Amino acid sequence: MLQLRDLQKTFFAGTPNEVRALRGVSLDIEEGSFVTVIGTNGSGKSTLLNAVAGTFIVDRGAINISDKDVTRWPEHRRASMVGRVFQNPFSGTAPTMTVAENLALAARRGLSRGLGRLLPARGLNELRDRVATLNMQLETRMHNPIGTLSGGQRQALTLLMATWRRPDLLLLDEHTAALDPKSADQIVRLTEEIVSKNRLTTLMVTHSMQQAATLGDRIVMMNHGSVLADYAGAQRRHVRAEDLVRRFDEIRRDEQLDAAAAEMLRDAYV
Amino acid sequence: MTLLLSAWTIGLILSLLALGVYISYRVFKFADITADGSITFGAAVAASMLTRGMHPVIACVAAFFAGCVAGLCTGVLHTRFKINQLLSGILVMTALYSINLHVMGQSNLPLLSVTTITTYAQNLGRWMAGHDSATLLGWPVSARDFGSLILIAAVVVVIAFIAWLFFNTNLGSAMRASGDNEQMIRALGVSVENMIVLGLCISNGLVAFAGALLAQYQGFADVQMGIGMIVWGLASVIIGRALIGSDSVGAALIGTILGSVLFRLIIAVALRWGLNPNDLKLVTAIFVFGALVLPMMMQKARRHAAAS
Repeated sequence: MLQLRDLQKTFFAGTPNEVRALRGVSLDIEEGSFVTVIGTNGSGKSTLLNAVAGTFIVDRGAINISDKDVTRWPEHRRASMVGRVFQNPFSGTAPTMTVAENLALAARRGLSRGLGRLLPARGLNELRDRVATLNMQLETRMHNPIGTLSGGQRQALTLLMATWRRPDLLLLDEHTAALDPKSADQIVRLTEEIVSKNRLTTLMVTHSMQQAATLGDRIVMMNHGSVLADYAGAQRRHVRAEDLVRRFDEIRRDEQLDAAAAEMLRDAYV
Repeated sequence: MTLLLSAWTIGLILSLLALGVYISYRVFKFADITADGSITFGAAVAASMLTRGMHPVIACVAAFFAGCVAGLCTGVLHTRFKINQLLSGILVMTALYSINLHVMGQSNLPLLSVTTITTYAQNLGRWMAGHDSATLLGWPVSARDFGSLILIAAVVVVIAFIAWLFFNTNLGSAMRASGDNEQMIRALGVSVENMIVLGLCISNGLVAFAGALLAQYQGFADVQMGIGMIVWGLASVIIGRALIGSDSVGAALIGTILGSVLFRLIIAVALRWGLNPNDLKLVTAIFVFGALVLPMMMQKARRHAAAS
């Protein structure tokens, strides 16, 4: 379904700010699986997601989605196969346009956009019915600018929009990180519901070990731009949040040890 | 009365310019200074065609497409060659100055002896009034002025309606969304770059169309006539926004047209009261400065008041 081969990306190459964000990431994701990606800040987990979405073109490596080589495709072209929800709840919707308009725009994701009406009179009922499935009473606010809604409401709508036409791949980029705990819970439940109902292949980046341990059927742990651990199948079922936290602590200690050792060596020999 | 009538007419003609600026400035937040060149370009193309005896309607349509090409250039410079917005516009505007001179063959092209839109307007006015002069609210006005106002108003209404329809299509909505939230519409499969190019095409097409009408109404095309027109358009758009504080497309379009007419009326009155015409552009620029800065300062003052 999704194949990543040796992805590499360096930002600000050749400057003092050079960041090697991806250092050869390879990953195979099967049709219908729900993968969570965790990692420390700067581990490259969001970069990985953006590489798949096409926010930038990778320096090396190959990306295949549904057996199509999309490595060189621009972002908007990949959108025909990929649905996305961003970390910032304001990123996924056009604030001055109405709820109905936003949804209707999403209903044509990846399709050509001609001179047909965006909101034909008949279409509105369909939009309203699907918004009603969110159980957030948003169906009564179809003609309000979406910018007047709360972050949680907008994120729920973004999720609905990303999956309005069934995407081959759903990308979730820490999509609950900027929400209050109650809204975050609501979005997590909604995500589970939508993903399982539509059997969506999903790649979700999260900072929450709890989410990683409870959601999905595979966990990919990243560090320093490469995959550190990959829990799938039976192994995945035994992973608990505490295990993930412990693993991260180990990494941190190793790194501190590295630094301390380097310091010691420097003192001793330089 | 004639003064008032002509202020209305010019305000309506320039409302097409303002609609163009609405697309670049309000929809895309793109301060497109190409408008200064493309309004003259439209006037030049129309004028040179008219002096060669072509039909005024064809001349106006040709002016529209000429403007589209100018917008296309700016759009391509910005999106494909990654040149800064303002600079892309400045480059095309500067290039257009020479092109306009070539198109006209001279720096000023009079249109008083050829058949133009105003010839039709005069006939329309005569037909409506019955003879060469009409009375409007008790004031005598010439059939030409009266007819021009009616004709131009009709043209503006039709174009605004088409614009409204367009902005409610799939394509037009994608264009609005491109300006509203680039990241979102890209994730929904729209090339923001293409939208900007298309938007600037339409925008400058409208501006050039306004130029063609203006040249015919005032009876000449002049290579200098475009100077400061972008600021004029901005003023109209800003007044329109203040008049109708809504972001819906219909309201914004109507607001922009009203803004243009109102601004022209204010200027006419100011000139009447003794404003030196040489100061016109200075006053316009100061006005736009004020309109841009005041809301920000008011917000600050309000926050200050709320804090204390």
